[in-house]
Amino acid sequence: MYKILKAEKLADKIYLFEVSAPRIAKSCEPGQFIIAKMDEQGERIPLTICDFDRENGTITIVFQIVGASTEKMSTLKAGDSFRDFVGPLGVASEFVNEDVEELKNKKFLFVAGGVGTAPVYPQVKWMKEHGIDVDVIMGSKTKDLLILEKEMKEVAGNLYITTDDGSYERKGMVTEVINDLVVNKGNKYDVCVAIGPMIMMKFVAKLTKELGIKTIVSLNPIMVDGTGMCGACRVTVGDEVKFACVDGPEFDGHLVNFDEAMKRQQMYKTQEGRAILKLREGDTHHGGCGHCGGDK
Amino acid sequence: MDVLKKVPVREQKPEVRAKNFDEVCLGYNKEEAMAEAERCINCKNAKCITGCPVSINIPAFIHEVKEGNIEQAYSIISESSALPAICGRVCPQESQCEGKCIRGIKGEAISIGKLERFVADYARENDISPEKPESTNGKKVAVIGSGPAGLTCAGDLAKLGYEVTIFEALHEAGGVLVYGIPEFRLPKSTVVKHEIENVKKLGVKIETNVVIGKATTIDELMDEEGFDAVFVGSGAGLPKFMGIPGENANGVFSANEYLTRNNLMKAFKEDYDTPIAAGTKVAVVGGGNVAMDAARTALRLGAEVHIVYRRSEAELPARVEEVHHAKEEGIIFDLLTNPKEILVDDNGWVRGMKCVKMELGEPDASGRRRPVEVPGSEFELDLDTVIMSLGTSPNPLISSTTKGLDVNKWKCIIADENNGKTTKEGVYAGGDAVTGAATVILAMGAGKAAAKGIHEYLSAK
Repeated sequence: MYKILKAEKLADKIYLFEVSAPRIAKSCEPGQFIIAKMDEQGERIPLTICDFDRENGTITIVFQIVGASTEKMSTLKAGDSFRDFVGPLGVASEFVNEDVEELKNKKFLFVAGGVGTAPVYPQVKWMKEHGIDVDVIMGSKTKDLLILEKEMKEVAGNLYITTDDGSYERKGMVTEVINDLVVNKGNKYDVCVAIGPMIMMKFVAKLTKELGIKTIVSLNPIMVDGTGMCGACRVTVGDEVKFACVDGPEFDGHLVNFDEAMKRQQMYKTQEGRAILKLREGDTHHGGCGHCGGDK
Repeated sequence: MDVLKKVPVREQKPEVRAKNFDEVCLGYNKEEAMAEAERCINCKNAKCITGCPVSINIPAFIHEVKEGNIEQAYSIISESSALPAICGRVCPQESQCEGKCIRGIKGEAISIGKLERFVADYARENDISPEKPESTNGKKVAVIGSGPAGLTCAGDLAKLGYEVTIFEALHEAGGVLVYGIPEFRLPKSTVVKHEIENVKKLGVKIETNVVIGKATTIDELMDEEGFDAVFVGSGAGLPKFMGIPGENANGVFSANEYLTRNNLMKAFKEDYDTPIAAGTKVAVVGGGNVAMDAARTALRLGAEVHIVYRRSEAELPARVEEVHHAKEEGIIFDLLTNPKEILVDDNGWVRGMKCVKMELGEPDASGRRRPVEVPGSEFELDLDTVIMSLGTSPNPLISSTTKGLDVNKWKCIIADENNGKTTKEGVYAGGDAVTGAATVILAMGAGKAAAKGIHEYLSAK
């Protein structure tokens, strides 16, 4: 069992847990992820590592309620435990293994969308710890959904925040900020790391391709085991089929087939819908939605 | 009673079992087992023993069954095998012990597998378990992987007094026994769980959720955690795909994914959270045991199921018994058929598969007749699900993170067949990680050989 030491609600439907997992904390690096399973009946849920403390043996994860399992997970409190918590999985971000002096000569731009701020944070923190200031763009639908602003401020060089509805800082999409920084302000970037919803990563990659900036994205396809034994998470990168859990989750954003990846994410939509209706409405749901089979 | 024939074993009726996940074969009761044991002629130079990869003293245990001494029979089997309830069910006996049985020359071989199963089931139901060793020798061995090879190696080492810890990447121990082989062939909560508990009773510790090569490495286990030797039984779990167009469409699965969702995650049960896209018209590509398991699983989830295989029935690599069961249950066999392309609808879902008819040509280097396409024979199958069951290969994670552990060109770990010794001192390996995908019992045999090799190595040290 893996004990939850801290459970905090960061924003509507977004939660942060600090979990005791010494083996993972000892060896994990930015860019890697874990798989959590709540209980005997639970499914395996992949979540990117948001922070870690090697000394105290803890891993921090941030998740958003998107279905029945994450909704159930949100009810866990400090003192509760996960039945299973495995990692670190996937490969670490490329820069972790690069020469720090060479990295210092490169200019990095990090783009974090919504709950994707969580996996961006340990990367920016790593940069800060190695004496590298990087530019960070954080995007959120609205002010209330913005997470980890204080934490990010502490580790980022320049931080630019934008909200879709203009309720906080500037108004607009992250791509508009990138455009502004590069085209209007003349900033030069060697590498862009973009993590967020698949659609955001797709449009960031499209823009940075035009701007000629190498771009890394972190993909979040459906996973089961997370160790390379099933291929549920397969994605097309360039001409090759890759398993995101062992070859990724980070890939060259200019080579990823985002349209295919987005379609594959929808594979269990009907089942997920049914599960959430069952969880929220129990036996009181008697069909009419056209999907759940209750009409039959 | 006809001594040339096996005492028949009771099974669920095909029309009933096609709709449930309960075990197909119900096994012998004591009377039936004793009657079958009666047929054994107790050969002096017993060929059946040589056919068994772990050399169980078959005539001796069958003799005890004949006398009704089931507990005694269990202790004879336990000397050689740690997982008899599993092997009795899933070994391909026709090409091993039963294939060598003298009775089989004129009539049907003795049902050695079903008798082994009966003895093990009887032991479980009557709380008979192997004895725990009295003391340990203070030496620590790490076993990577809790499949048949790892469990056997760990069990044998524990009996010799070693402190053994198994490291398993998944959340349950058992390897292919829990994620691959379905409930209807190998019940999990009763049979598999119990045999794993028996290994634990010998003093073996099992740490789940540890991915060696990620959370820690073999070098760290030896240098920092004080393990004197390591056995790698990490299997061959990496699925192959065909590389044809449309293979990443929604509704295309590897057999590993489909079976893992259903067996390990129990997607077929209402109260478990993992979903499965069951499908209504399913094609399983391949002809091995895994293909049969995937097909029969899809059938039980309510689909019409086709096996698509490029050779003919005679070349099907699956066990004859499994093919027979699949046919009885209504699986449709599209033989001499090869997929060319998976057809996809506007939403990214499978809508069919373009196939071509094959015929068998000249034998190739391996002696098997090579299938060749029949020109102009393309046709389409309407489908909503395709399961690729083309075999698996070893995951390179462990070999790529362990200095000095050499692999061959198929990424299989190079190890001595007789003692499991690898190119790295103190590290032994066996099972599918060494041979590529093979059988449960061969993995057990390799686990046994490696336990012996490790014991010799650490005794000499």
